[in-house]
Amino acid sequence: MKHTLPDHVLVVGASAAGLSTAEALRRKGFGGRLTLLGAETALPYDRPPLSKQILSGIWEPTRAQLRAKEALDALDAEFLLGDAATALDAGRRTVRTASGGSVTADAVVVATGVSPRALPGQDGLRGVHRLRAVSDAVALRTALLGARRLVVVGDGVLGAETAATARQMGLDVCLLGPQPAPLTAQLGPYVAECLADLHRQHGVALRGGALVDRLLSRDGTVTGVRLADGEELAADVVVTAVGSAPATDWLRDSGLVLDDGVVCDERSRADEGIWAVGDVARWRHQGLGRTLRLENRTNATEQALAVAGNILGEDRPYVPVPYFWTDQFDVRIQAFGLPSPDARTVLVEGDPAEGRFVVRHDGPHGPVCVLGWRMPKQTRLHRASVVDHYTRPSRRTTPSAGMSSA
Amino acid sequence: MKIIVDEEKCCGAGQCVLIAPDVFDQRDDDGIVVLLDARPPVVRHDAVRECAAVCPGAAISLDEDA
Repeated sequence: MKHTLPDHVLVVGASAAGLSTAEALRRKGFGGRLTLLGAETALPYDRPPLSKQILSGIWEPTRAQLRAKEALDALDAEFLLGDAATALDAGRRTVRTASGGSVTADAVVVATGVSPRALPGQDGLRGVHRLRAVSDAVALRTALLGARRLVVVGDGVLGAETAATARQMGLDVCLLGPQPAPLTAQLGPYVAECLADLHRQHGVALRGGALVDRLLSRDGTVTGVRLADGEELAADVVVTAVGSAPATDWLRDSGLVLDDGVVCDERSRADEGIWAVGDVARWRHQGLGRTLRLENRTNATEQALAVAGNILGEDRPYVPVPYFWTDQFDVRIQAFGLPSPDARTVLVEGDPAEGRFVVRHDGPHGPVCVLGWRMPKQTRLHRASVVDHYTRPSRRTTPSAGMSSA
Repeated sequence: MKIIVDEEKCCGAGQCVLIAPDVFDQRDDDGIVVLLDARPPVVRHDAVRECAAVCPGAAISLDEDA
């Protein structure tokens, strides 16, 4: 089938994945009309610094901007910011917006990311914060500067990073969640336990295996968290980092297949002329032989490159080795690949006793993941050992599974 | 083309080294980017542009006119 190049590409979502798609289209020679629609008013910015440099105040919020104004101008794209998409007509490739406008294009890229989940009773309660947008980070920082006790509900990347930053700001911090140690799902039990030790050494109170019964409040202001076992933790501020859901509400009547994300084929294509990229995309990873949705920064740009290429007719499957990193206290943890619960953990570099090491997870068919602790270069050098697992034609036939990380 | 790296934004992922090992490296102790060639030859410009695009810390910027 002959590939028809689009005259007009509309990217819905102006964060890392959306902006990277637009940039990659231009870099690959696309000379047509390019529109980016973004729900937020701020120029495109990066999210990983929100729970670290922006929350701690080391950076001004504008330092998280992804590109300088001149670089955005040079894209020769129309930015429609502060206007959320509300509906898609997939057949016509028309997107309607909150302001009442509509945009029709030859190719539509869905890059709307995820929305943080809330605890029941959270909305409208003063002192309870979520962290997704730069405005959230600024508001949380202000709240923390006037607070003494913080409880973080959620033991994933965002929750643990927020706890570490707040502890370094001098607060009494309790980090709680259902897992035995923070980030067990993302790091496997060995490295997660190292991370728990790190938090404890810095004075963070950890409550693993903890389920929240409800938020406690007085006169509309949060006063703490009650756990399912009856324990009550007092707090001036509560942060909920209890996961997020793909931002697909606006696609409900679009006709696209939605199943914890926009379901796509191997080429990140959701329908004729419709593509999805970044946190919101659930695509078929050909190497793994199943669908995958990755909530991490690297995937946003790598998938954007792949989608831009496919819009222009490259016709290539997207088969990345997943990668994420997290910075907590003075430790940078990195993971190439996805940890597997039934894998064997092997030390391949450094020494945990010296606070620098790389471990590899070996599955039944070979290495599936390398995890580094304060050894970035060495970790990257061990990446080669897991490439086969993600890129060779799959022998596995598991139908579908998900994985989230930052 | 001139490459400018922001060490403070570098997150040590090493994506740049995977794409252009002749232009970028990482420090052994903390993995922060080391610029081997700030003015790479024209044949490497496309690879360097890809490095800037995929850098997860947005730490690589390019002055195309320099």
